[in-house]
Amino acid sequence: MRGDFSAAAKVSTPLGRAALGYSGHVVAIDPGVGHGLSADEMERRLIELGFVEGSNVEILHEGLIGRDPIAVRVNGSTVALRRREAMAILVK
Amino acid sequence: MTGSCHQVDSEVADASATPISPEKAFHRIALVGAPNCGKTALFNALTGKRQKVANYPGVTVERKFGRFKTQSGNVFSLIDLPGTYSLRARSPDEEVTRDVVLGRFAGEKRPDFLLCVADSTNLRLSLRLVLELKHVGLPMMLVLNMADIAAKRGFVIDVAAMERLLGIPVTTAVAVRGGGVCALADRLDRLAVEDLPRGEIVWQPPSSADLRGLLRETDAVIRAAVRHPQTRDALTAKLDAVLLHPVFGLMALFAVMFVMFQAVFVGAAPAMDAIDSGFTALGDLAKAHLPTGLLQSFIVDGVIAGVGSVVIFLPQILILFLCILLLEDFGYMARAAFLMDRIMGGAGLHGRAFIPLLSSFACAIPGIMAARVIDQRRDRLTTILVAPLMTCSARIPVYTLIISAFIPNRYLWGWASLQGLVMFGLYAAGIASALAVSFAAKKLFWREAPIPPFMLELPDYKVPQAKSVALGLATRAGSFLTRAGTTIFAIMVLIWFLASFPAPPPGASGPAIDYSYAAAIGRFIEPVLQPIGFNWQIAMALVPGMAAREVAVAALGTVYSISGGGDVSSGVASVLAGKWSLATALAFLAWYVFAPQCASTLAVIRRETGSTRMMLVAFFYMLALAYAASFLVYHVTVMLASG
Repeated sequence: MRGDFSAAAKVSTPLGRAALGYSGHVVAIDPGVGHGLSADEMERRLIELGFVEGSNVEILHEGLIGRDPIAVRVNGSTVALRRREAMAILVK
Repeated sequence: MTGSCHQVDSEVADASATPISPEKAFHRIALVGAPNCGKTALFNALTGKRQKVANYPGVTVERKFGRFKTQSGNVFSLIDLPGTYSLRARSPDEEVTRDVVLGRFAGEKRPDFLLCVADSTNLRLSLRLVLELKHVGLPMMLVLNMADIAAKRGFVIDVAAMERLLGIPVTTAVAVRGGGVCALADRLDRLAVEDLPRGEIVWQPPSSADLRGLLRETDAVIRAAVRHPQTRDALTAKLDAVLLHPVFGLMALFAVMFVMFQAVFVGAAPAMDAIDSGFTALGDLAKAHLPTGLLQSFIVDGVIAGVGSVVIFLPQILILFLCILLLEDFGYMARAAFLMDRIMGGAGLHGRAFIPLLSSFACAIPGIMAARVIDQRRDRLTTILVAPLMTCSARIPVYTLIISAFIPNRYLWGWASLQGLVMFGLYAAGIASALAVSFAAKKLFWREAPIPPFMLELPDYKVPQAKSVALGLATRAGSFLTRAGTTIFAIMVLIWFLASFPAPPPGASGPAIDYSYAAAIGRFIEPVLQPIGFNWQIAMALVPGMAAREVAVAALGTVYSISGGGDVSSGVASVLAGKWSLATALAFLAWYVFAPQCASTLAVIRRETGSTRMMLVAFFYMLALAYAASFLVYHVTVMLASG
């Protein structure tokens, strides 16, 4: 994954920084630091919720304070998560 | 509803009388599926009312069990396992699912067959779980539930292709209306006589690479077998535009909460009054027919009053749970958590803690029970620990009494009632302390623990099914009355005993309670309570106050020898105004904000956490807070009054 990531990073943004209404697809899952879980655990949880390379994502809703959390449409399901956790999802 | 293709088994406990040959047969079926897939609706459709809900030993996870009989006479037992996205369990519920499926669970036999349930309109996460379940070595079958909604929304599912690609039987169903249940039962009949291969358990906790592989495989299956519109459910999209709107969404949430509160307080009042007068009448009846003495006192003051003081909470609990179940089935609870997550997060609480804490304003008992919706243990425990700090309705009689006796009925700035302000201050103190305690818990106990992420699926809205709501309500009412009832009742009897024994000596002049163990306890603990301004009468009133907070009012009445009849509390108020200093009264109020003054709450904490230690933690931290707060209030008031 790491190899893909450095190439992908040039054109991708973390989903956690995307604005309301953003629509794109996942290019990589890169669980860095800054959330409470280990990188591996975070990656597995995101995949279990349907975030995998190639999944279509769209930000449907966001909260009032800090525009957080966000509701994301991912391949037919809707998932709520905090922007902090969404930083691990690189999208394009 | 389900026709005559299968019948719910009520009497047939003996499965050996069925035509399945024992060496090939499977009897024990487990239902597995992701949350919100309609698994429970299918369970209800198959087993009907004949289901048993209990807790797994050692954990507070519900075990839902039932039986049904098919047309050809096969009897299957069905167990509804907690919903999960993955066998990589993270909550106690999910651990039960994993361990039962793998045959590792001590309290449950391994099932012979897995019935996987998937929401036809949201197949991806369910199918990924199915692929993972293929590693556990059990024969299985997939039920594509909510087939009607999927068809209406334009999904076309090629069931034969899906069977081929997944390598397991697949059938469709509309469980909420019993549709497809006959076909499902027939299919189970046919499978039951086949020699189904039972493989090795090759399941290992999947790595991220494994999970990626499974999800890609799932996507390939969906591409090949499902034609679906890439549009959202129109109703859900419309509702969420308002209900998840940053501003209107919060307003809607507060409106929903307001209505819920009104329903709990106002709606329950007539039923509570009826229960109250019913038990009073029953008490009077017993009084009239039993000779005066110990037996009468035990029946009237111990048994009838004790049971009555528990049962009186039932209307509030039912209304509250009705609201919660409706909102949950509708799909709103996940939205409420979404809206509140950031607001509560500052204090270290999870978004899902909102509903339980709100419920605790009515009574901490349903509030603590509602904390079941929180799947992370850490968040759940924090919520349960702070729930009793919310000002419950049982504190209101005590607050009203002390405020009317000691706070002058004046208006500040011409419009703000001083008494109202004090009342508001007491509520605010409860909320502020709950937030402070959860913040402190986060900093003290969970400092090392990672902040649990907030990730949850927002399911499409669905019309709640009357039958499933009724079943859920009956289960909760039953569990409240039986389990909490027995514990609480035992404590009531103990308190009655303490307040009634030993009997006053002949010719005694004071009220009978003065001679009881309760009074002895009151005098014994008085020195400890003296620094916070309490006298022995207060100390003694706290003993029956353990049964129910408001009982302390009646107990104070008894101690100060106020004749019963008429409005006891107004009589008490005038006596107290003469006997207590302002400092004592305020310290008493401060005590009531924090004190673990309710045995029922403690019993429910023990039951819900499955841990006596957690109950003791709750008891002692609240006791410490109550003591510190009363001490502070007492001495500051004394200082201000003299200075």
